[in-house]
Amino acid sequence: MTAVPALLVENLSVEFRTRSGTVQALERVSFAVPKGETLAIVGESGSGKSVTAYAVMGILDPAGKITAGRAMLGGLDLLAATADQVAAVRGREIAMIFQNPRTALNPIRTVGSQIADVLIRHANVPRREAPGRAVDLLRDVGITDPARRAKAYPFEMSGGMCQRVMIAIALAAKPSVLIADEPTTGLDVTTQAVIMDLIGDLARDIGMATIFITHDLALAAQRADRIVVMHAGHVIENAPTAELFARPRHPYTAELIAATPDAAASLAELASIPGSLPDLRRIDLPPCRYAERCPRRRVDCDAELPPAPAIPEHVVACRNPLS
Amino acid sequence: MTGTLDTMSSATVHGAPPADPPLLDVGELRKRFPVSGTLGLIGRLRRRMKGGPIHLPHVYAVDDVSFTIGKGETVGLVGESGCGKSTLVRVLTRLLDPSGGIVRLGGRELSLTPARRFAKDPDRARIQMVFQDAGESVNPRFTAFAAIADPLRRLRGLRGAALTAKVEKAADQCGLPRALLSRFPHQLSGGQRARVGIARAVAVEPALLVLDEPTAALDVSVQVVILQLLERLKTELGMSYLFVSHDLGVVRLLCDRVLVMYLGKIVESGPARAVFANPLHPYTRALVDAAPSLHDRGAGRIRLQGEPRSPIDPDPNVCRFYGRCPKGTDLCRAEMPALRRFGERDVACHFAEEITAR
Ligand SMILES: Nc1ncnc2c1ncn2[C@@H]1O[C@H](COP(=O)(O)OP(=O)(O)OP(=O)(O)O)[C@@H](O)[C@H]1O
Ligand SMILES: Nc1ncnc2c1ncn2[C@@H]1O[C@H](COP(=O)(O)OP(=O)(O)OP(=O)(O)O)[C@@H](O)[C@H]1O
Ligand SMILES: [Mg+2]
Ligand SMILES: [Mg+2]
Repeated sequence: MTAVPALLVENLSVEFRTRSGTVQALERVSFAVPKGETLAIVGESGSGKSVTAYAVMGILDPAGKITAGRAMLGGLDLLAATADQVAAVRGREIAMIFQNPRTALNPIRTVGSQIADVLIRHANVPRREAPGRAVDLLRDVGITDPARRAKAYPFEMSGGMCQRVMIAIALAAKPSVLIADEPTTGLDVTTQAVIMDLIGDLARDIGMATIFITHDLALAAQRADRIVVMHAGHVIENAPTAELFARPRHPYTAELIAATPDAAASLAELASIPGSLPDLRRIDLPPCRYAERCPRRRVDCDAELPPAPAIPEHVVACRNPLS
Repeated sequence: MTGTLDTMSSATVHGAPPADPPLLDVGELRKRFPVSGTLGLIGRLRRRMKGGPIHLPHVYAVDDVSFTIGKGETVGLVGESGCGKSTLVRVLTRLLDPSGGIVRLGGRELSLTPARRFAKDPDRARIQMVFQDAGESVNPRFTAFAAIADPLRRLRGLRGAALTAKVEKAADQCGLPRALLSRFPHQLSGGQRARVGIARAVAVEPALLVLDEPTAALDVSVQVVILQLLERLKTELGMSYLFVSHDLGVVRLLCDRVLVMYLGKIVESGPARAVFANPLHPYTRALVDAAPSLHDRGAGRIRLQGEPRSPIDPDPNVCRFYGRCPKGTDLCRAEMPALRRFGERDVACHFAEEITAR
């Protein structure tokens, strides 16, 4: 990896103030995605995947604060840029597919006009051509009878159809970076395949870089070039896909792979990962936030680890990794 | 396996022959939605002035669906995005009024009570739902605690310490840390919100729990906790489930039986393991083949070709899968295949015996 990455996130730290204390949601998160590649972010619920995406997109909850780090989109640091600078690239250069599509769509406008708006605003499509192009995009995301469906309101569409409308909106401007937060969780496997192929085609054709947030390790294995594993606001492993699955080095990564129901014969056979995420409001959070759940814990695990580089071959944040 | 050719249509003959009357009996259920924007207000007025009937095109979201769920039984519902799963469960849980057909819960006909009135019905507590979109079931102004407490207060009359204890127990059971109970939905991650939605429905201990994609937002570890909880409540309380999911692996592990839906119709049903191990309907086959697998990186590469049929005013004589089906003959275009019984299975395909014969 010698080329400048399409998106580089370095040492990103985020906290939220709540009535009952400060939530240390992210600490020194680093990763990079080169042009045309797909980076998957996986990890337990609450580990900070969406917060990472929101911070990069500049749409954190007002109670959230970025305490450190940078996010370079080409030459622009999104975290230091002015609101105008961010507004100029958002939707055009960098786009996001949200985890909850129905709330991200405007409930009182037809889906066709919402897509057309984006085409006019971000993709320089003439006003006259936009409705037709919106119908094409609906067809691309696998919606049948797209000309008639363009006139539907979000409440008239199924969960997965709303999700696909969101995807059409995000892809409309052919962004150079796409952040897809669980883009296919509401979709059946055949529709999921259509969507993932569509994203893959854009990656190939226009060199779009994709950050793909998912719980589905099997899908990540199939689609991503590289995988970042998060746990309690830390990146604990970052490796090329094949290598991560063949030789996971962090004990948490190994547990995560083992918990996949894929081949299990019965429910009883499935193991959940022992313990749970530490309370992120604690002021005495240990340097390794997995230590308290870790079967391989040693005394030196309480010492601070050096920050992980953003562009590694295979990085593991562990003092006693699997070999 | 022997194939009998008699067509089955009524609700009671589907699934295993039940000794007791089933908990839920759904017969020939239909739900159609008018397609908006097709005529516009002016067009409608003009038609009305001409005196002709206003025929609007309709989405056939649920079309003649029959099945039963026994006490303590878990039934899975799978199918393509937009095929009518959420509409079906919304009609069953009486959030929507059906366009036709019956819904019987414990022998009582529910479809006669309008959706509006069912909210106050005594049977309301016997049937609970976990929504596909956790945002739908969780009021943004409620903390996680208030969200879980609300149905317990309304439907079970709990108050004070008993209420608190019950809410905390439900949170624990669903793997939701108690520290999160004071948070509002926007302060929770997607999976944390989903657990609030599940805890809320489970706490009431309904006879029938309908779950619309409850585990989609959950990581594998939390998912295991939820699935094992459902299994335990089933043995302890005899709870029944209708479990809508896109995750075939989960359906296979959790469900006794599975219903496969395609464009508003059930195309295959039977014991979950058998259906996924040896699909008899070509759509089920396609679904199974498209599932990615961690242990088989080559899996999930097969694509359905062709254009799906529109759910808007579909031709009643053409198989809904025609056009995408690798089989697709003239017969499929001339006659809609009915569900037929093959051993423990029901399959709606003219060519199902070719597959059973293999
Ligand atoms: N506005 C907020 N106030 C307080 N805490 C918050 C807020 N938003 C998020 N958090 C917390 O930050 C942590 C990370 O949340 P995030 O949404 O990034 O999780 P996630 O990895 O996307 O999980 P999931 O897979 O469930 O979507 C969680 O513990 C969450 O409760
Ligand atoms: N209120 C409504 N008005 C008009 N059409 C509707 C309405 N609700 C649903 N539909 C249509 O009914 C069909 C079935 O939708 P439904 O939400 O039941 O699908 P689903 O199987 O749950 O899909 P998904 O897996 O994507 O959630 C779709 O074509 C949808 O557009
Ligand atoms: Mg998230
Ligand atoms: Mg649905």
